[in-house]
Amino acid sequence: MCVTCGCGQNGATRIDGEALGAHEHEHVLADGTRVVHRHEHGNDAAHDEQMHIRALQHGHDIASMANAVFLPISGKSFEHTHAAEHGHAHTHTAVPPQERREIPTELVRLETALLDKNQRIATRNRIALAKRGVLALNLMSSPGAGKTSLLVRTLTDLAAEIPMSVVEGDQETSADAERIRATGARAVQINTGAGCHLEADMLERALHTLSPAEGSVLFIENVGNLVCPALFDLGEYARIVVLSVTEGDDKPLKYPHMFRSAQLMLLTKIDLLPYVSFDPARAEANAREVNPQIQCLRLSVTSGEGLANWYQQLRSLLQEVATESVA
Amino acid sequence: MHELGITRNLVAIVSEQAHGKRVLRVWLEMGTRTALMPDAVRFCFDVVALGTVLEGAVLDILEIAAGLQCEECGTYADPDRITDQETAVICAQCQSSKLRRRSGEELNIKAMEVEPCA
Repeated sequence: MCVTCGCGQNGATRIDGEALGAHEHEHVLADGTRVVHRHEHGNDAAHDEQMHIRALQHGHDIASMANAVFLPISGKSFEHTHAAEHGHAHTHTAVPPQERREIPTELVRLETALLDKNQRIATRNRIALAKRGVLALNLMSSPGAGKTSLLVRTLTDLAAEIPMSVVEGDQETSADAERIRATGARAVQINTGAGCHLEADMLERALHTLSPAEGSVLFIENVGNLVCPALFDLGEYARIVVLSVTEGDDKPLKYPHMFRSAQLMLLTKIDLLPYVSFDPARAEANAREVNPQIQCLRLSVTSGEGLANWYQQLRSLLQEVATESVA
Repeated sequence: MHELGITRNLVAIVSEQAHGKRVLRVWLEMGTRTALMPDAVRFCFDVVALGTVLEGAVLDILEIAAGLQCEECGTYADPDRITDQETAVICAQCQSSKLRRRSGEELNIKAMEVEPCA
C-alpha cells in the first residue's frame, strides 16, 4: 500500500504472490482498467493527482477504453478524448494538480506504436519472402524441446525434395548452425548476446547473407524461450511452437502468449511417452483452450513416428505460399 | 529481459521526436497482455534515459486491461472473469470459447511533455 496516499497495491512483479516496492501502485477503474503510476515520496507535491481523479471519475466499458485517449495536461487540468462510438455525456472536473512547475511546458502527442519499427521491418521481410515464394517458419519453444533435432532430421529426409535453409538464433555459440550445416543445408547463425529473442531486423540481415532460394523453406529457429519471441513479428509466414513430452502438458496454460500466437503446435519426443506422465491429449486441449484455431501434430525424431504428417504439412504450406506468390 | 530492448526503442523514439528539447514526462499505454512487466520497463527507463534528453523524466504507464469479445454473438467478456491465463473463459451469453481479443495488447507512446527551448 502507498504510504503517502494510502491507495492501491503495486504493479506486476510478485514473489510468491507478494508485491514488491512501495513507490509504484495501481488504481483499478470501475471498468477494470488499471492505471499504474509512480510518484516521488520525498515530495508530496509531485504526486500525480490526476490519475486518482481519473480513477474516481470513470466508469466506461472495456471496449470504449480500448480506444480512448487519456492525457493529463500539466499545470492546468486534464482532458481526454473518446473513440467515435463513445456515446454518453459526462463531465470531468478540472482540478489543478498540486504540482506546479516553474517553467512552462509543452505537451506533444505522439501516438506511436512502440514496436512500430520492428513491425515495419517485419512487413518488409514478409513482402520480400512472399515475392520469392519462400515459406518462412518461425520455430519457437523452450530450450531443449528438440527444435534443432527436428530440423536436422527434416533437412536430411527432405534434402532431395525441397530446398531448405535455416536461420539459427541463440544467445551464444554457432553450435546449432554447425549441426545444421552438417546436413548439407545452408545456415546462418544469429547470436543475440544479451537478447532473449530474434527481432525483425536480425532476420533482415540474415536474409541478405542467406538469400533463400525461390520456392524454398526457410526455418527460423528462434531463441529457446517461451515468453518474448511471441511479441516480435519477424515477417514469417507461420509460427510453430514446439513442445516436448518431457515438459509439462500444462505449458500452453502457463505461457499463453506463445501458444496463442502460433498456428501449429508440434508435440515432440513422443517415443518417450511410456516413461513420462505427459498426457498429449491434455496438452492439445490446453493449447486449444488458449488458441482454438491452433493445429496440433505429434511426432518423434528418434522413432520417426508422425514425421510423415509433419512433412505433409510442410508441403501443403509451401504449396499455399507458391499459390499466393503467383496470385 | 526483453524490457530493455523495448525501453531502448521507447527512449529512441521519444528522443527523436523531442528534437533536442528536454523531456519531462512520457505517457506509455501498455496492455496487460503484452508480456511486459511495467516494473521492469520503469527500471530500464531510468537507466536507458541517462545521458539523453529523457534523463530524469517521469514515465507514466497507463495499463489497459484485457478485453475479450465473443466471435459468435458479440458479447464482451466480464473483465472480472478474465484471469491471468484467460483460460476457461467462455462467453456468458452463448458459451462459445471463441473469444477475440479487443484490448490488452496495446503498446503505444501516447505523449510526452517537453521543456520548450530557451
